[in-house]
Amino acid sequence: MIELRDVHKSFGKVDVLKGITASVAKSEVVCIIGPSGSGKSTILRCINGLESYDRGEISVEGARVDSNDRSIVAIRTQVSMVFQRFNLFPHRTALENVIEGPLYVKKEPREQAIARGRALLAQVGLADKAEVHPPKLSGGQQQRVAIARALAMQPKAILFDEPTSALDPELVGDVLSVMRKLADDGMTMVVVTHEMGFARDVADLVLFIDGGVIVEQGAAKSVLNQPQHPRTQDFLRRVLHPL
Amino acid sequence: MQKFFHDAVEFVPILLQGVWLTIVVTVGSLLLSTVLGLVWALMRVSGIGILVGVSAALINVIRGIPIIVLLFYIYFVMPDFGIALSALQAAIIGLGIAYSAYQAENFRAGIEAIDKGQIEAAQTIGMGWWLTMRRVVLPQAVRIILPPYGNIMIMMLKDSSQASTITVAELALQGKLIASSTFKNTSVFTLVALMYLTMSIPLILLVRHFENKANRK
Repeated sequence: MIELRDVHKSFGKVDVLKGITASVAKSEVVCIIGPSGSGKSTILRCINGLESYDRGEISVEGARVDSNDRSIVAIRTQVSMVFQRFNLFPHRTALENVIEGPLYVKKEPREQAIARGRALLAQVGLADKAEVHPPKLSGGQQQRVAIARALAMQPKAILFDEPTSALDPELVGDVLSVMRKLADDGMTMVVVTHEMGFARDVADLVLFIDGGVIVEQGAAKSVLNQPQHPRTQDFLRRVLHPL
Repeated sequence: MQKFFHDAVEFVPILLQGVWLTIVVTVGSLLLSTVLGLVWALMRVSGIGILVGVSAALINVIRGIPIIVLLFYIYFVMPDFGIALSALQAAIIGLGIAYSAYQAENFRAGIEAIDKGQIEAAQTIGMGWWLTMRRVVLPQAVRIILPPYGNIMIMMLKDSSQASTITVAELALQGKLIASSTFKNTSVFTLVALMYLTMSIPLILLVRHFENKANRK
């Protein structure tokens, strides 16, 4: 469904992605792990055109991703994104955040958008917070609203950019369980994460990225439990046993 | 003091005619400067090279010319190009253009203060540039823009007196005319000053209200 072929990207003189080739099948959950600055987030941002890429090709269901072309709007409505810092619209209530896209981008009738918006908030466990503005919600609640906002576009896939990294540790579980439910329901997901437990339990495929290249990839359990590459082994040892 | 009140009773009705023109000039040029300022600011943040360049150049040219020269130019020079305006029209257009530069810089600062993540979130739900501005950026930028906007309103109220230089009989010019024909300078200009102050006070309170509201959020 999502294909990346030899994708290169540099910021000025710094090469961030040096030939990324990967594919994500429908209903597959792919977790991208790796150290900070390795290019994980850049991959997500290239997939939905928040960043342009210099070389190679990215396609979503056969349509080429080009951040400078009008076609990017259609791709973005099919591939939603959830950010590390939520990026909810603070001047709108939780419900208004969720129905913003359906109402103003997809031009859905208001009643229909509201009904589905409420259902989505209920799905992420926030039915009672529909009229609350984001600054009055906890980080975990905000991220769940952000997930509902992404779902409201009825996307074919959702990209998650470190969705739990900005959360208090005790709030991480709520967000991960919503994500696990999505995965169980067959949503195609690409997740940049440091939550190795989530990756091990939920991911079909894990990519370990370092220095802008995929160092190792494979089934979640094999990459996380029996990493082959010394760099992956070193990274996982440090993440799982920091002391 | 008694003499002052006696003068006040005599001159206030004439000065009020000037107050009316002061309000017309201020409100007219405020509206014009707001619309133009928003256009310049949106051009400036559009990311389109030519629009950014044109807007930056315009703002610098406007900022670099004194208001009074701009007024003279519009009122005395434009007729040479076949554009003859009444003094009132010229005053509103001149002040409106002059202040559009300050409005634009204020709007731009407000727009640029909005977190980039907000724009990205709007893009990821498929919003284009204009929809992102209208639904996401501008409603949030307003909070930041309003307090300085109120200050610009106060400055414009006072600078509307420059319209007197092109014969608009607003408050300052009315005062000058009465003073020069009656020689009652103290009474007349005290009244003029008090009237400007009276008009400024609601605006000053409005600015304070905006500031409190912005700080609360």
